[in-house]
Amino acid sequence: MSAQNLSILDTLAFNDEGYMTDRTQWTEEVANAIAEDEGITLTERHWVVIHFARKVFAETKDSPTLRQITKQTDVSMKEMYQLFPNGPAKKAAMIAGLPKPTGCI
Amino acid sequence: MKKTLLILGAGTGGTMVANKMAARLDADEWHIIVVDRDETHYYQPGFLFIPFGIYDAADVIQPKRNFLPSAVETVFSDIEIIEPDQNRVRLVKDQRVIPYDYLVIATGSHIQPEQIEGMTDSGWRKNIFDFYTCEGATALAQFLKTWDGGRMVINIAEMPIKCPVAPLEFAFLADWYFQERGMRDRVEIIYATPLSGAFTKPRATVALGDLLARKGIQTVADFNIAEVDNNRQAIISYDEREISYDLLVTIPTNMGADVIGRSGMGDELNFVPVDKQTLQSKKWDNIWVIGDAGNAPTSKAGSVAHFMLETVTENLKRHMDGLEPLPTFDGHANCFIETGFDKGLLIDFNYEVEPLPGRYPLPGVGPFPLLEESRVNHWGKLAFRWMYWNLLIKGRPMPVSNEMSMAGKWS
Ligand SMILES: Cc1cc2nc3c(=O)[nH]c(=O)nc-3n(C[C@H](O)[C@H](O)[C@H](O)COP(=O)(O)OP(=O)(O)OC[C@H]3O[C@@H](n4cnc5c(N)ncnc54)[C@H](O)[C@@H]3O)c2cc1C
Repeated sequence: MSAQNLSILDTLAFNDEGYMTDRTQWTEEVANAIAEDEGITLTERHWVVIHFARKVFAETKDSPTLRQITKQTDVSMKEMYQLFPNGPAKKAAMIAGLPKPTGCI
Repeated sequence: MKKTLLILGAGTGGTMVANKMAARLDADEWHIIVVDRDETHYYQPGFLFIPFGIYDAADVIQPKRNFLPSAVETVFSDIEIIEPDQNRVRLVKDQRVIPYDYLVIATGSHIQPEQIEGMTDSGWRKNIFDFYTCEGATALAQFLKTWDGGRMVINIAEMPIKCPVAPLEFAFLADWYFQERGMRDRVEIIYATPLSGAFTKPRATVALGDLLARKGIQTVADFNIAEVDNNRQAIISYDEREISYDLLVTIPTNMGADVIGRSGMGDELNFVPVDKQTLQSKKWDNIWVIGDAGNAPTSKAGSVAHFMLETVTENLKRHMDGLEPLPTFDGHANCFIETGFDKGLLIDFNYEVEPLPGRYPLPGVGPFPLLEESRVNHWGKLAFRWMYWNLLIKGRPMPVSNEMSMAGKWS
């Protein structure tokens, strides 16, 4: 993790679970930093998911569920697990600067 | 001409609404119609006890007609399609078309085992069972009678599922059942869940996770099933982990009714988007949703449908009278959790407050200890069946309040 990225994350507010609390602070650079912190290097395919997640949130005020993502984009379940290992919907929301998906209650 | 209130589904929620609205609306002004495809009412919480021979099918079924008021027109038919922009519903039977002024959707949620690759192949109902249907639970009871042990894997395919505590209860009861039969040492129980722990809420997850461990049940967390390999008898996750089984007890993907999807009214799981506090459809002013059919972010449970009842019926009436709906539903859920050995646990929570330890004050019967095993909670669960048939679905007052109370809770 580079010192530069650390300093970006240090200026932002996160909740206990690592989700941003002030969504207005999100930029693509922030996304890269959060991803790197999670051990993920963002590729074009990650951005398909991140942009989709942000679009859904803007419309519904909810982060998309895994099923929503795989149904409405061309990213398959399998690919989601490769892109965002260990809880893909949660990881995608986290990197997209969105709250944890409320899908599971 | 009379106006029409149409209720789709006569399960827990639809039956309660029919009873409440029949008592509230002027029969000279309103015609109430209820549609359901199935003449039998299933007490679904009872399915949990069937595999272990505690209940059998006869204990959980009653004719739907017994619970619907005579003032309501009851139609048994499949629903072909809902046309919300035209305010009408088409039925399969006699191709009847019912125009409505108000619509209540109460078509519930159902398991869809076909959603998982390989689930309904050769092993289905041979060594792969569900207990979320009466047939599944009964077939599993049959299987368990002669099973001589091995590895039992309990797997939740995907959230949300109705009654999210039922799989845990199943695990606890299985542990008890195998002990009673003197074969617990021959059965390995594995609990594989897509959640990061035993349950969805932090404090309850710790308490329930401890209980699983104490009972020698192994939890496999973050397991998202991709497929079932019937030949090798293994379930495989999207991140390519494998768990082999001798007996697979699955809680398949739960979805809203197909007709919701066909009618273009649902989300990707066929749940109808609703305002989580007023329970009005997000898209159509004259449509209200009760129970499992909606997408409100609370548990899908009979107790929740009951807590929604007041909000739905009051808001329907207000809307009919030209008033704004009130945001009165707080997501209140409470569940008795069977933990085996005649004991149980009780959790009580809503949109804002997670399950807390303490005592649940219930006039006349309680108090019930919260988040803690006790015998009285087990009796509460069994008494619930009586309350369900005799009070709850008839819309009679229950000795619990709709809004969650913090009385007795230790935060
Ligand atoms: C194993 C198990 C254990 C449970 N334990 C508990 C518990 O301990 N406590 C608790 O509170 N809840 C429990 N529940 C959950 C509870 O049973 C449900 O949440 C509750 O019944 C939901 O009510 P509902 O009215 O939304 O749907 P339902 O009661 O399922 O009713 C839906 C109705 O719609 C009808 N329908 C659907 N589609 C169509 C169509 N196309 N045409 C015509 N009719 C249609 C169906 O026939 C059905 O009658 C449990 C459920 C299961 C499966």
